[in-house]
Amino acid sequence: MDVLVLLKQVPSTESIIEIAGDGVSIKTDDLKWVINPYDELAVEEALRLREAHGGTVTILTVGREKAAEAIRTALAMGADKGVLVSDPVLEGCDPLCTAKVLAAAAKEIPFDLIIAGQRAVDDDAYMVGSAVAEALGIPSITMVIKEEISENRIQCQKTIDGGVAVVEAPLPALITTQRGLNEPRYASLPGIMKAKKKPLDSKTLADLGLDPQTFTAFKMKIVALNPPPERKGGQVVEGETAQEKARELVRILHEEAKVF
Amino acid sequence: MTNQLYFDKTHEMIRKALRDFVNKEINPHVEAWEKQKIAPLHDLFKKMGDLGFLGIRFDPKYGGQGLDYWHDLVFAEEMGNIDAAGISMAITVQTHMATPAIAQFGSEYLKETYLSKAISGEMVSAIAITEPGAGSDVSALATTAVKQGDHYLLNGSKTYITNGTQADFLTLLARTSDDPGYHSFSLFVVPTDLPGFSVSRKLDKLGMHASDTAELFFDDMRIPAENLIGKEGEGFIYQMGQFQHERFVTLPLVYVSSKRIIDMTLEHLRSRIVFGKPLIKRQVLRHRLADWLTEIECLKSLTYHIINMKMAGLDVTKEVSMGKLVAGRLGHKVADGCLQMYGGLGYMAEMPISRAFRDSRLISIGGGADEVMEEIIARMEGF
Repeated sequence: MDVLVLLKQVPSTESIIEIAGDGVSIKTDDLKWVINPYDELAVEEALRLREAHGGTVTILTVGREKAAEAIRTALAMGADKGVLVSDPVLEGCDPLCTAKVLAAAAKEIPFDLIIAGQRAVDDDAYMVGSAVAEALGIPSITMVIKEEISENRIQCQKTIDGGVAVVEAPLPALITTQRGLNEPRYASLPGIMKAKKKPLDSKTLADLGLDPQTFTAFKMKIVALNPPPERKGGQVVEGETAQEKARELVRILHEEAKVF
Repeated sequence: MTNQLYFDKTHEMIRKALRDFVNKEINPHVEAWEKQKIAPLHDLFKKMGDLGFLGIRFDPKYGGQGLDYWHDLVFAEEMGNIDAAGISMAITVQTHMATPAIAQFGSEYLKETYLSKAISGEMVSAIAITEPGAGSDVSALATTAVKQGDHYLLNGSKTYITNGTQADFLTLLARTSDDPGYHSFSLFVVPTDLPGFSVSRKLDKLGMHASDTAELFFDDMRIPAENLIGKEGEGFIYQMGQFQHERFVTLPLVYVSSKRIIDMTLEHLRSRIVFGKPLIKRQVLRHRLADWLTEIECLKSLTYHIINMKMAGLDVTKEVSMGKLVAGRLGHKVADGCLQMYGGLGYMAEMPISRAFRDSRLISIGGGADEVMEEIIARMEGF
């Protein structure tokens, strides 16, 4: 059972995000970078599948050279090898373009199953996993909280609005992760030391046989980034008695907050 | 990033792994452990052992990682991020206080039987030196171990023993000869499941509430002769060496936790408005914080210097003694001063700053009091 994990490096969710001067990107100087949390679930699930069925776990990333750190962390968790596709023309590339590159790279790696995060927590596009499946012509099952493999088929429980659906597909297939799928392991110290010696291939678009020229005009571009509105301070309801306070609260809810 | 002068990517990965563990597996539980006055060390150490955290410097032959002092420093710094010093103390007893002498002087049998299980987290250890009648004056120890054929007969008591109520073995110093002088003591590995051992009391302390501390009693306890560490009569010398690891580890614990305390206090000072202005705008407070940050940086620099000395194989006794002296004073000065900035709120027992204040008082006492450090420094300076 060879599993391919699509992994993205994202700013740590604890980082304070500031918008850069150009208004369409964020300041990256002081950011701490981590594996996208949903991709961490993907790595864990892949490792569990390898423990149960044997085979290999390969990590595939499209990103800047810095993203090698995230791949090394996945290798320290126990993955076998990594592939990083990095190319200057991919700066600012949209989700569909990322999927195109990932699919091209995936064609060169043997796999029975691809696991991807349902989305990356930085741009929240929710697109890459399914788009890779489409480009490779394989089935995709999203938002998976449980999977079981038998006789070349995968059966998954996936979350849907207000419930759980059971979906099945033949392998090779692609699934995306949902919170609850598993609890990712910590990188162990021996794992970290071993990860240094595991293979990590760096590739450019040309190495994948893709023409960089076709990656210059992205279909989607960010026009503006706005921070969420700042949270306002609370309001203390004045009044002598509980009744007075209740009356005042009702008035505020009705006249100021306009909730009814 | 000045960190890059000292640490490479592997160090940083180890740092991150440790920090993740502390944030997810330790810090969410410290409130409960503080209330229970004990932490489930068997469970915690097993988890840490499985991840290879408990034997950074030790020989891979016994399950250690065989890494150098810089990696060990990363470990100690990250333990400083634990929200209760009682827990970082319990962990560093296992890694830096009760095991270095076994690793350095112990027989193959002791290393395979005890060191390897301390590294894997299957056993909890404690260091048993202090007695009701002997603290800083280690040579006044009265616990005796008398050789009788294939065993030593152990009699006496030890007190203020961290991890004492749950330890599977003690690294224990006892008198093996009535002769005066420093060559009358021996260091033993004492398994706590042998007859004659009892925990006479779990002690109540000013701080370090998450850590259990015990008074231990040995009544005609037969310790197999093979549990002697190194040579008979050399225990005092071995323990003076082991103390260097114990004292050293307080340096990073203090400069990391003190910086955390200041960061936490800063949040309070920014949001607390007094006489129309946030407290952080008050020059008197700003300057105090700046002074402490300066001293923290000095302690950190001394620590890095000590690591360089250790890597070069130099004797660090004087520098470690100086560092421990500074760390003890700085730790409680910062905690006390920050508590002052919190005002009445800081005096509330459930506040983290209140806990930091209680916990910080021990550093100037445990592992050799300030006055002992001063005496060592004076002697080494030749007066």
